[in-house]
Amino acid sequence: MKPRHKKMAVIALSVSALTVAVILVLNVFQSNLVFFFSPSQVIAKEAPIGKSFRIGGLVEEGSLKREGDGTTMRFAITDTAEAIQIVYTGILPDLFKEGKGVVAQGKIAENGIFYADEVLAKHDENYMPPEAASALEQAAKAQKTSLTQ
Amino acid sequence: MTINWFKYASPASFYFLAGRMIPFFIIAAVILLIIGLYIGFFVAPTDFQQGEAYRIIFIHVPAAWMSMFLYVVMAFWAGIGLAFNTRLSSMVASAIAPTGAMFTFLALWTGAWWGKPMWGTWWVWDARLTSELILFFLYIGFMSLQAAIDDPRRADKAGAIIALVGVVNIPIIYFSVQWWNTLHQGASVSLVQSPKMATAMLTGMLIMALAAWMYSIVMVLMRTRMIILERERHTAWVSELKEGVSK
Amino acid sequence: MSWESWSDFFAMGGYGFYVWGSYLVALLCVLGEVVLVRNRRRTLHKQLGLKDKSSL
Repeated sequence: MKPRHKKMAVIALSVSALTVAVILVLNVFQSNLVFFFSPSQVIAKEAPIGKSFRIGGLVEEGSLKREGDGTTMRFAITDTAEAIQIVYTGILPDLFKEGKGVVAQGKIAENGIFYADEVLAKHDENYMPPEAASALEQAAKAQKTSLTQ
Repeated sequence: MTINWFKYASPASFYFLAGRMIPFFIIAAVILLIIGLYIGFFVAPTDFQQGEAYRIIFIHVPAAWMSMFLYVVMAFWAGIGLAFNTRLSSMVASAIAPTGAMFTFLALWTGAWWGKPMWGTWWVWDARLTSELILFFLYIGFMSLQAAIDDPRRADKAGAIIALVGVVNIPIIYFSVQWWNTLHQGASVSLVQSPKMATAMLTGMLIMALAAWMYSIVMVLMRTRMIILERERHTAWVSELKEGVSK
Repeated sequence: MSWESWSDFFAMGGYGFYVWGSYLVALLCVLGEVVLVRNRRRTLHKQLGLKDKSSL
């Protein structure tokens, strides 16, 4: 390759790298800054209707039920104020658990049920050994009972 | 009162100073890496929700920190070079970029290999992941633009402009998890809150971050020395080097 | 220490593929960068006819 051609190639490369960067930025600002909507936002009709979007929140305690076929699951995503019923067929991530964070992508039907085609786990920023976690849980329970007594 | 602080701002003195400093930083990097890996794999406990998969944190977080920190340092020196026309600062900026790009790539790669088992996906277009990918393109853009321009001083100036414009992206990466809904969780370690990690985990991560820092210094010093030689090959002091006058 | 044996260590609680996949690529990146820098240095020194052995 002649130096001149090499230079042209490198300029083309830098221009395309910058273009890709700008397109990514614009794309993010347009749609993905809101990566997911909370159940309250969905109830308030802030989420797009008839289009695929994501709902994020916690898997409601005691809401997870498996259908007869074994792979279809029903559960509710809650932000503690509102909850949305989710139906999902497929594999759940390892961290999927009742009471833990979750983000589901799909469409909401007329009847208010959200049919998800992808379910991702959203974990929190805490890292500790299991013993510490169960100790914290015990402490929280003890506090709860002392408050209710 | 007669210390000449500008002495080390001359490429020739910096060349020799950096050459003497490199071995110490190599030793520091290797020792910190060994201690960091030992703590990370043999002292730090299993995590209560992520099991052993969380051990990716010992490279992921240091790589992500370095990717942002190196960009700020690079933009700082590029900006100084642009403002005061100091040759050495622009050379340091150019020397930082490849290491910064390498750490950005590592942060993205280890993030994907952590996201798959934990979140259930290699990649999502949330604000944190996308802005880190943009950082990678900024490094690549900076390097290819500089490579495209033959005149080093013009390359320095053009690079400085990209580097400075791109600085906007750094607070976006850092605060993305607070400003927007993201799949990526919030910060476990920050200056304003006590860390949300067990001590052994945190210690391992911080030591690995220090090792990454020392490693970066080694790479940047070595590269700066080469850039100095390339640009000053026709000067008297480089000719003296050839004849073996200076060590 | 959380490991019963070496195989336990390599298994990483079932996440070995992801953990070692991350560490392996990190190792390759660092080695790759070191090799690139040293090659560039060797070529440059050859070009300039330098025999400078100071600091690698």
